[in-house]
Amino acid sequence: MDLSIFFEILSSTIRMSVPLILACLAGLWSERSGIVDIGLEGKILTGAFAAASASFYFQSAWAGLFFAVIISVCMALVHGYASITQRGNQVVSGVAINMLALGLTSVIGNSWFKQGGRTPALGDTTRFMPINFPGRESLFNLPVVGAISKIFLDHSVLTYLAFAMVPLSAWALAKTRFGLRLRAVGENPHAVDTAGISVAKLRYQAVIIAGILCGVAGAYLSTSLSASFVRDMSAGRGYMALTALIFANWRAWPALYACLLFGFLQAIANFLQGVKLFGFEIPVQFFNALPYVMTVILLAGFIGKSIPPRASGVPYTKDR
Amino acid sequence: MTPAIELINIDKRFGAVHANNNVSLSIAKSSIHGIIGENGAGKSTLMSILFGFYAADKGEINVDGKPVKIKTSTDAIALGIGMVHQHFMLVDPFTVLENVILGAEGGALIGPALAKARAELKRLADEYELDVDPDAIVGELPVGLQQRVEILKALYKGADVLILDEPTGVLTPDEADHLFRILQQLRDQGKTVVLITHKLREIMAVTDHVSVMRRGEMVATKKTAETSVEELAELMVGRRVLLHVDKGKANPGDVVLDVKNLVWRDRKGTPRVDGVSFQVRKGEIVGIAGVSGNGQSELLDVITGIAKATSGTVMFEGDDITALHDPAILRQRGMAHVPEDRQHRGLITSFSAAESAILGWQNDPKLGRSYHLNRNAVIEQCRKQMEEFDVRPADPLLKSAKFSGGNQQKLILAREIGSNPDLLIVGQPTRGVDIGAIEFIHKRLIQLRDMGKAILLVSVELDEIRSLSDRILVMFSGRVMGELDSSADERECGLLMAGVVKDAA
Repeated sequence: MDLSIFFEILSSTIRMSVPLILACLAGLWSERSGIVDIGLEGKILTGAFAAASASFYFQSAWAGLFFAVIISVCMALVHGYASITQRGNQVVSGVAINMLALGLTSVIGNSWFKQGGRTPALGDTTRFMPINFPGRESLFNLPVVGAISKIFLDHSVLTYLAFAMVPLSAWALAKTRFGLRLRAVGENPHAVDTAGISVAKLRYQAVIIAGILCGVAGAYLSTSLSASFVRDMSAGRGYMALTALIFANWRAWPALYACLLFGFLQAIANFLQGVKLFGFEIPVQFFNALPYVMTVILLAGFIGKSIPPRASGVPYTKDR
Repeated sequence: MTPAIELINIDKRFGAVHANNNVSLSIAKSSIHGIIGENGAGKSTLMSILFGFYAADKGEINVDGKPVKIKTSTDAIALGIGMVHQHFMLVDPFTVLENVILGAEGGALIGPALAKARAELKRLADEYELDVDPDAIVGELPVGLQQRVEILKALYKGADVLILDEPTGVLTPDEADHLFRILQQLRDQGKTVVLITHKLREIMAVTDHVSVMRRGEMVATKKTAETSVEELAELMVGRRVLLHVDKGKANPGDVVLDVKNLVWRDRKGTPRVDGVSFQVRKGEIVGIAGVSGNGQSELLDVITGIAKATSGTVMFEGDDITALHDPAILRQRGMAHVPEDRQHRGLITSFSAAESAILGWQNDPKLGRSYHLNRNAVIEQCRKQMEEFDVRPADPLLKSAKFSGGNQQKLILAREIGSNPDLLIVGQPTRGVDIGAIEFIHKRLIQLRDMGKAILLVSVELDEIRSLSDRILVMFSGRVMGELDSSADERECGLLMAGVVKDAA
């Protein structure tokens, strides 16, 4: 194993982390407001499908992103209506959204494009490609420095957007009026209501933010990481993001680290496929399972404690 | 002088329940106005309407002589009305400052508001004895301080009228006294205080005026100085109430419960029950007095088979039950238990009353065979018990949580007494129970004694122990400090409760 593989793995870690970070922050916003969001997976999937389809139809990656966000927000509003307005069970609603997304994307995709649920392959002009800044080629061709800078600079605009969302979310939650109220509503909605603030409005806002972030995550999957939509392409990333959220104790910065760690494990799994280490071939599944195993160990109390927002999952009613 | 608040002909229904029936009330500025009534009399509903939490069906509200519409809490806060709810409306993981500014941030960023609130809290602390560390996490504060945060929240938002709903329910007597001092200072500085309570002692101690509510109606408003506890109690309940218990002499018979040198150590090895011995005979009530947390709860747990004794013996009707450690078998044998914590151990709050009323007796053949439960039989039995014990509302299908404390307690008593036990163990029978129900419960206990049952009573209310018990044991730090008869005076009991033993002369 030479050094270039190591650099490749790091670069891949960043690419793998992007959808996780976006989805994890989506979950963070939603759950800090008290709405459990199992439906991240489904929103990413519909976002990915909408992005690939719209990008192909309008021949523009930005149009793809726009529709991904719109469709994902629509899914989020369905979840919001069920769990906020109708006070339904949030887990059931989330699972329904995941199943709906999985079925709808392949059925509609098949009917539109007749490629077995795939969308047509997108050319470079209709995807989010790595940013082409001046002097890019000459920088990357430098010895050592080139390889290292390639890890961080060879990415599309969505990657930087995702990473920028981390400090932005952390700041907004901690320092703004909106963040304060949102955190409060996830802990004790009665306190928010008696302070004269609408519980439902806050929660809808949180759910919409989650929708936007999932939409971007979906667009990243189908128009940046790959060049078309394929059936079930989110491949459990929504669940892994939820896992990262638990691992991060519902905080933005730790969420970034958890997602980077999980992204790193995914990258390793991809690179070590078929590679023998010390005479053994390590099964890919081992790395894929690691994030979940680690979360179970965390929840069992071996590493630390993870405390969800108190009102999360509980529909708000005035009487107690 | 124009009154601070005027409520005129307020009417509010919740389905079939007429919570407020044409209620009018006038509250003078710079006064402490008490609103008293039994649980469910409509006090909290009335104040929730004033605070914009519920909308009234009919009626008008005047603030400072001007008619106003209060549709939401925001309206109420803007009119200078603040409320301290019975269940605190605090965000536990937030700091005191964050809790105080919630809803009054004054801008998109919270930095300036935090700084302003810090200065304001310091001023309020100096002015009203309201000291709280602004950076403390609210969930980690004791309840007394959490309540102070609630008051600060209201004052920070500019409240001139402060409504407190049952503020002393969670406080120790010392904390309650401190609260009353704060309220008096607020009044002296020109604020108006509305105090909702069902405790007569508090009304007499701190208010200037008092209004009495009964079953959704306002029955009287009096100057506190011109009324008495007896009059208020009568107005609340709607008939004369015996604040003292009438009972004849006890006729003790055979020993039913015989406890010898009982010891129970907790996990750390600390003896919480430390060498306790006593007997309870047929036809007598033995009361165990003591400040809460001196081993009474643990003693009850060991006797009823919930916890296992470390050493010593418990004999029940001649059998050694120390090693049995099985509450179900003890119940079958005739030991009934009304637990201290009614919400957690007495019933299951999400169950219907009928379901709660058969807990522990669900295998009774009268209620169904083998794995079946005969729903009609269960409901019918509960209906009978409700009638006999005057449980209101008499609806066996209503969720247990929806009953007031007194009615929940009556439901549990009905269940336990209904099994016709030889020994009844009662913990805190009247904690959080209104006077009407207290009178009823006391009467039933005496009646049961006169039927020849043995009763072991544990209560932190010294008055209750003294008026019901035939013999009084005082516990302190896991030990029985002494035995007194029912004529013992309060001072004597108090000394033992504090662990002071007089030398035998």
